[in-house]
Amino acid sequence: MATDSCEDAIAELQKLLSEKCGLETLAAAKIKQITAELEKTGSEPFDAVERIKSGFARFKTEKYEKNPALYDELAKRQSPKFMVFACSDSRVCPSHILDFQPGEAFMVRNIANMVPPYDQTKYSGVGAAIEYAVLHLKVENIVVIGHSCCGGIKGLMSIPDDGTTASDFIEQWVQICLPAKSKVKTENSGLTFQEQCTNCEKEAVNVSLGNLLTYPFVREAVVKKTLALKGAHYDFVNGSFELWSFDYNLCPPLPA
Amino acid sequence: MAKSSTEVAIEGLKRLLSDKEGLDDVAAVKIEKLTAELQEQDHEEEFDPVRRIKDGFIHFKTHHFDKCPAYYKKLAEEQHPKFLVFACSDSRVSPSYVLNFKPGEAFMCRNIANMVPAFNQLRYSGVGAVIEYAVKHLEVENILVIGHSRCGGIKALMSLPADGTTSNDFIDDWVKIGLPAKAKVESEWSHATFEEKCEHCEKESVDLSLVNLLSYPYVRAALANKALKLMGGYYDFVNGTFGLWKADFDIKPEIIIGSS
Repeated sequence: MATDSCEDAIAELQKLLSEKCGLETLAAAKIKQITAELEKTGSEPFDAVERIKSGFARFKTEKYEKNPALYDELAKRQSPKFMVFACSDSRVCPSHILDFQPGEAFMVRNIANMVPPYDQTKYSGVGAAIEYAVLHLKVENIVVIGHSCCGGIKGLMSIPDDGTTASDFIEQWVQICLPAKSKVKTENSGLTFQEQCTNCEKEAVNVSLGNLLTYPFVREAVVKKTLALKGAHYDFVNGSFELWSFDYNLCPPLPA
Repeated sequence: MAKSSTEVAIEGLKRLLSDKEGLDDVAAVKIEKLTAELQEQDHEEEFDPVRRIKDGFIHFKTHHFDKCPAYYKKLAEEQHPKFLVFACSDSRVSPSYVLNFKPGEAFMCRNIANMVPAFNQLRYSGVGAVIEYAVKHLEVENILVIGHSRCGGIKALMSLPADGTTSNDFIDDWVKIGLPAKAKVESEWSHATFEEKCEHCEKESVDLSLVNLLSYPYVRAALANKALKLMGGYYDFVNGTFGLWKADFDIKPEIIIGSS
């Protein structure tokens, strides 16, 4: 990422200046010049097209062209071991926080990383992704990742008790995890609203994991032990990551 | 340190070979076979998903999160992404990777074949919620819909039988959002191969999604205020290229008939 290569570049420059004498005056002048140029760049209007062009150029030179064998293989097929549900929030992309490389994780991103129950009318989008991942790609793990300061969960927790909604879609969507809100409001009534939201972020992951089992192909794979379900919570305030597994099993029928 | 069980076993074997004559050749063959078997076992080490996730987060924490505390502290307070990006769920096309987006830059929606269906509160509340939140609340300045090469979802769309029958629970029904794109491709490129048609459809479907975005009132309002731009993209991972185009929609007053 740009911030890191900047730090590395500055460190390199400082190392050079400490090793070689006589460069200080020249370096100081040039550094001031760069700073002035960057300040000017910072105040120019944002150019979205340039941002995308330079982003792809960076990927092409630093990754794509450096790993031709990998990208040749990936071009033929993908065999990800993970299916990941993560929030659409710009701060929680699993490619960043779990360092997933191309080919590793099939990803669904939506508001509050929700998995709704099986419903061919209302939730064909998520259903299609799960069906494709489990039956066609045969992923071995499904991970549902919640996160701190989730706007969607906050929205869920803010819906008034009488159920009135003020949005076209958002509140209707987040109510997929209404059972999580009920649980938190009952069990954590003494906590602050923010603490309740944090608990709800995690409980909603559990509701989503339970909802995964409403898909017959998921149930079958979990019982056969070819698929594992996991829940997670990324806390970007404290910089921590929690992971837990969700076990489901069917025992043989008891003798008559 | 106590000897490992393999060290003890090897010592026992060496003792036997030095005590008994004539065993060398037979022993050598057996030992070479065992070595080859063990080498193969080593390659098939079982994948540990928990380990993979743990290592991944630690990598992020040490190389990024802990290195830029001011940046992440600011992000923790608020996000102000300039982009809403629609991309396919395909594991090979993460925009964070392919377009080098940093945390905080792009609000993302990922689904099969990066589809944006038209406004429908019953059938498509998931996508609707993303658009509503991104445009009304986060006030993103750009929406980018990215298609890609060898898209399984588009292939499924192009493979749908003409009689409308479906063969799975969800996939066919979802990709049918792209039927207008398929119809355009079938009519304009009727003589192309199936693979060529799929590639055309991957791009036409992006254009269809851009049009569907207009069915959301907040998108229309932001466009009218010139506060929002729509763009289409196409990531070709076979050739290593990225195509980008803008979609301009404008409603200009022309004439009003009937008033004097």
